[in-house]
Amino acid sequence: MNVGSERIAIFTGHFGSGKTELAINYSMAAAASGEKTVIVDLDIVNPFFRTTEKREVLEEQGIKVISPNFAGTGLDIPSLSAQIYSVFQTRDHKVIFDVGGDDIGATALGAFYPYFRKEYYRVYYVINVRRPLSSNEQDIIDMMESIEANSRLGVTHLINNSNISYETTISDILDGQAIVEKISKKIDKPIAYISGMPEVLKSLPVDLRTKAFPLNIFMRPPWE
Amino acid sequence: MAKVLMKGNEAIAEAAIQAGCRYFFGYPITPQNEIPAYMAKMLPKVGGCFIQAESEISAINMVYGAAGAGARVMTSSSSPGISLKQEGISYIVGAELPCLIVNIVRGGPGLGGIQPAQSDYFQAVKGGGHGDYHMVVLAPASIQEMVDLVMDGFDIADRYRNPVMVLGDGMLGQMMEPVEFKERDIVLPEKPWATTGNKDGEPRRIINSLFIDAQALEDHVHKLYRKYDEMKKNETRVECYNCENAEIIIVAYGTTARIAKNVIQMAAKEGINLGLIRPITLWPFPDDTIDRWAEADHTKAFLTLEMSMGQMVEDVRLSVNGKKPVYFYGRTGGMVPTPRAVLEEIKKIREVM
Repeated sequence: MNVGSERIAIFTGHFGSGKTELAINYSMAAAASGEKTVIVDLDIVNPFFRTTEKREVLEEQGIKVISPNFAGTGLDIPSLSAQIYSVFQTRDHKVIFDVGGDDIGATALGAFYPYFRKEYYRVYYVINVRRPLSSNEQDIIDMMESIEANSRLGVTHLINNSNISYETTISDILDGQAIVEKISKKIDKPIAYISGMPEVLKSLPVDLRTKAFPLNIFMRPPWE
Repeated sequence: MAKVLMKGNEAIAEAAIQAGCRYFFGYPITPQNEIPAYMAKMLPKVGGCFIQAESEISAINMVYGAAGAGARVMTSSSSPGISLKQEGISYIVGAELPCLIVNIVRGGPGLGGIQPAQSDYFQAVKGGGHGDYHMVVLAPASIQEMVDLVMDGFDIADRYRNPVMVLGDGMLGQMMEPVEFKERDIVLPEKPWATTGNKDGEPRRIINSLFIDAQALEDHVHKLYRKYDEMKKNETRVECYNCENAEIIIVAYGTTARIAKNVIQMAAKEGINLGLIRPITLWPFPDDTIDRWAEADHTKAFLTLEMSMGQMVEDVRLSVNGKKPVYFYGRTGGMVPTPRAVLEEIKKIREVM
């Protein structure tokens, strides 16, 4: 899997589409390729199962983590850190934004629009067709447009992350691919990646393999 | 229907809608906000009604009203919000009305925290509200079971004209798992008692929990207790896992039962044979099942595992009735026990066995 050339990668999508797993994996891949990497946890929706919980393992990889002020403290206050602005000052880092789900989560992005517009950024839209309310073309496009309106940013790339967790088979991914390809054609934006567990991605048809983004799963229940 | 990936909270809401629930009244609180959010989005699309009330007290009384009018209705909240609903719950039991109440438990007491806990066990099974009352309390341990129990819960509520509680925790509410929504025929029962308007000179129907005459109230409570006896007979659910030949049996529900299953596997690798009794109904409590395993020669001890300072352990001790020692291990305040720590506890018990 190759990390994109953009300086700022923004992961948006429907609630529960897999943005956090992708953002963490993408940061790891960026750091592994030798880039100085920062990940910004911009999730103002989820109380737990969030990037900030993985601070230690991210920092081990040399990745800087910027979190909302009270993330992970148990305080249910969606207050964003002023530290976020630092990523627009020193431009020698690759920056990954993990944005909260749906249009509500994307609202937090809107504030940074004046900064993004001066930068080379990509907005990845993460799609899992096995999630409720995002199983067909129209529902997905409707949500994408609401997210674009709230974030003031246009989606630049699509990611097919169709899965049902540990029970995912290649047909879940290919069903998703068929829908994501239709959307891609309709809105004229490319599909950047097809993500999933490495053992499942092995069964991808040859013509799709260049887009494979194998994931290492970080968000697990505490008994695993 | 193909499987989908859902958060526990979303699955509860979708299951309720598929079970024919068309009315939801609630007030937001973490970690269960996905339930009202989902209901707000979906209920209007299926001809239902979602109201974000001005408080939990208001929400439970809206449930009381809708249930009295014969609607399939639910509310959900998390610990402090459920405390506020207690008066209404007692009234609903007294007035013999069916509804579903979901508690996605967080750490307490007081405002506590937003992390998962099981410290509302006493409140759920031993009252919470006032008066001689009980309700069936269902404790799912997976997202699939949340779906199934929510659907069953509405039917149980209708069958006995009594509220049913689904007791989850923040972990089950927030985690994601594959689920399947099985087709089921939704047959809503006739409700000849419902207050739907006196149109054709029918006899008046009254929904009420006030009995001024002491004898009348005693008769009413006796009638409720005959229902509770029926619930105990028909609704008790429990899963026994690996109990045959187990030297120590862990008793745990919900999230801690998931942890226990991993402990059992870890212990097996070290040659330690453990079992799990998982109450699926916390009330009625599966005391007969626990008693049966307490009688078995191979069972040397029980360990109750909870995310609290020890609440269900009291019911386990009553069920074991002194036949075997009952130990307790728990974390509280939003801390989740690790399988490793539980296994260490088991090893300590074995040293004195």
